[in-house]
Amino acid sequence: MAQISSKNNRLFEVFAATPVRIAVSLIVPVVTFIVLRWSFIFMRDSEASKFLIGIVALTIGVGGVWVLFAATNNLVSMLPTRMRDMLLPFVFVGPAIAVLLFYIVFPALRTIFLSFMNRTSTEFVGLRNYEFVFTDPQMLIILRNTLFWVIIVPFMAVALGLIIAVMADRLKPGWEKITKSMIFLPMAISFVGASVIWRFVYYYQPAGYEQIGLLNAIVTALGGEPVAWLIIRPWNNFFLLFIMIWLQTGFAMVIQSAAVKGVPNSLLEAARIDGAGEIRIFFNVTIPYIKGTILTVMTTILFMVLKIFDIVYVMTSGNYDTGIVASRMYKEAFIYRNFSRGSALAVFLFIVVIPFMIRNITQMRENRR
Amino acid sequence: MSDAAIENRQIPVNKPPASVRIQSIMKAIPMRIVLIVIILIWFVPILGLLVSSFRTPEAINNTGWWTVFGNIVAADWTLSNYIGVLYADFMGLAFLNSMLVTIPSTVIPITIAAFAAYAIAWMDFPGREAIFVMIVGLLVVPLQMALIPVLKVYTANQLNGTYLGIWLAHTGFGLPLATYLLFGYISGIPKEIIESAHADGATPWMSFTRLVLPLSKPSIASFAIFQFLWVWNDLLVALVFLGTKKENALVTTRLAEMVGSRGQDWHVLTSGAFLTMIMPLIIFFSLQRYFVRGMMAGSVKG
Repeated sequence: MAQISSKNNRLFEVFAATPVRIAVSLIVPVVTFIVLRWSFIFMRDSEASKFLIGIVALTIGVGGVWVLFAATNNLVSMLPTRMRDMLLPFVFVGPAIAVLLFYIVFPALRTIFLSFMNRTSTEFVGLRNYEFVFTDPQMLIILRNTLFWVIIVPFMAVALGLIIAVMADRLKPGWEKITKSMIFLPMAISFVGASVIWRFVYYYQPAGYEQIGLLNAIVTALGGEPVAWLIIRPWNNFFLLFIMIWLQTGFAMVIQSAAVKGVPNSLLEAARIDGAGEIRIFFNVTIPYIKGTILTVMTTILFMVLKIFDIVYVMTSGNYDTGIVASRMYKEAFIYRNFSRGSALAVFLFIVVIPFMIRNITQMRENRR
Repeated sequence: MSDAAIENRQIPVNKPPASVRIQSIMKAIPMRIVLIVIILIWFVPILGLLVSSFRTPEAINNTGWWTVFGNIVAADWTLSNYIGVLYADFMGLAFLNSMLVTIPSTVIPITIAAFAAYAIAWMDFPGREAIFVMIVGLLVVPLQMALIPVLKVYTANQLNGTYLGIWLAHTGFGLPLATYLLFGYISGIPKEIIESAHADGATPWMSFTRLVLPLSKPSIASFAIFQFLWVWNDLLVALVFLGTKKENALVTTRLAEMVGSRGQDWHVLTSGAFLTMIMPLIIFFSLQRYFVRGMMAGSVKG
C-alpha cells in the first residue's frame, strides 16, 4: 500500500513538475515587470522632480531584481526537499530564459514572419519584400555599399592593427604603451561622437572661404580645390567607412599584438639565420603563425560592421548614395514605418550571420565533449 | 654619480661596432615615420574637437583650430560653449538621463545572467544543455531582428519612452553575452570549492551569493565595463525605444539630433560631442586594464 502511494506521488510530481517549473521561472520577471510598470506609470503621472524620480527608479530597477530573486528562492525553499531540488534550478535560470525568449527568440521569429507580409501586416505577400531588397535600384546601391564596408573595414583594420602591433612591439615598453593607448582610445568613443569628430575633419566650404575642416585645409594648402567629401559619389562611402576603420583598428591591434608576442623566438631566429629580411619574416613566419587569430578578428569586426547604422545615420542619413543595409533598415522601419521591408532587411543581416552561428554551436559542442 | 648610473655605463661592454648600430638606426627610421603618421591620424581629429570646443563661435568659423598653436595665450578661449550646450541644448539633462538608463541596464542583465550562469554550471536540471546551446546561438543574432516586434509590444503596453522599457530591452540584448561570459568563468571555479560548501550545509543561494559572486568579480567587472560603455554609446536602441524628445533624450540621441538641426554650429557640436565622451574617457583612463579586457570579451556581441 505504502509503495503504491509513493509511486502515485512520484507520478504526480512528474506531471506537476513541468507547469510548476514554468510558473517558478516566470515569477521573477512577471512580478518585477508588473511592479515596475505600475511604479513607472505612477511616477509619470505625478509631478515629482526629475531627480527624485531618478533616485526611485534606480533603487527599484537595481534592487528590485535582487529582492525578487531572494523572495522566490525563499518561497521555493519552504517546499519539501524533493520538490525544492527540482524547482530551485528554475528559480535561478528561469528569468534568463524568459528574458531571452521574450526579447530575442519570439521577436526574431515574428520579424521573419513580418517580412513575408504587406506594409500593414494584414496580408501575406510572399517574397515581395525580398524582391525589393534585391532588385530596387536604390537597394542595389545599398548592397554595393554594404559590400564595400564588410570587405574593406575588416581587412584594413586587421592589416593596420597588425602592422602597428609588430612595429610597437619593437619600441621601448613605455613608448609601446603610449602608442597602443593612442590607437585604442577611439574604442571608448561612441559612433555618434566619432561621426562628429570626422564630420569636422571633412567639413567643406566653397572655394574662396576659409577652410576650417582639416582635410580641406590640407588640400587647399597644397594648392588644390576644396572637395565636398561627403557628396562625391561613390568615394564618399570610403570617407564614411574610414571612420569605422579608425574606431576598430585598436581592437584588432590589441588582440593581434598578443598573438605576435606569442610567435616563438626560435622560429624568428632560425629565419634570420637563413638570411630572411624583416619583411619576409613578417609575411612568411609571423602571418602564417597567427593566421587563426587574424581570421577571428576579421569575423568579429565583420559582425560589427554589418550591424552598424550610427555612422551613416549621423553623417549623411544615407543620402548621396551612402546607405548601407543596417541604416536602410532603420529608415524603412522607424522613419517610413514600413515594418515589412524593415523586417526583410533585418532578416538579410541575420542570414549573413547564420553560418557563423552554426559554427559557434558546433565548436562549443566539440569543446564540451 | 649614483650606483645605477655607473652600472648603466658598464652594461654596453659587448656593444656592436658603430657602423652596425647606425645601420640599424637608419633601418628603423622609415618604420618610426609610418608609426608617427598613423598616431597623428588617430589623435589629431580628437585634438581638433577638444581645442575647438573651447573657442568662440566666431573664432571657430573664421580660422582653422590649428591656428591657435601659433599663439596659444592670445587665442579666443571660452567656456560659454559648454555652458550653452549643458543648459540651452539640454545636454545636462541628457547626461542625467544617460546615467539613469545606463546603470540599471548594466546591473540588471549582470544579476540575471549570474544566477543563470551559476545554475547552468553547478545545478542539475533537464534542458541544461539545450539552454546553453540557445545562449551560444543567440550571441550573434543581430539586434535588428528584435527591434520591430518589441516596439510593437511596447506601443501596445505604453512602455514606449519609459526607462523601464529601455532597461529591459538592453537587458534582453545584453543577456546572451553576459550569461556566456559569466558561465565561462563560473564553470571554471574548482569543483572541490563548491562541493565542500555544500557538504558544510550551504544552500545554493548561499554558495552563490557568498562564494561564487565574490570569486567572479574580475569577470563581472570586465563585462560591466563593456555593457556600461555599450549602453552609454548606443544610439539605435535609444532612438527606437526612447525617441528624441528633449526630456527623454540620452547623450547620444541628443548629439545626433543636434547634428541634424544645428549641423553648422561647430561650437555646440564640438562641446556637445566632448561631453558625451567624458564618461567613456574617464573609464578608459582610470580602468584601462579592465577596459581592454572588457572590450575583448564583449567583441562577440550580436
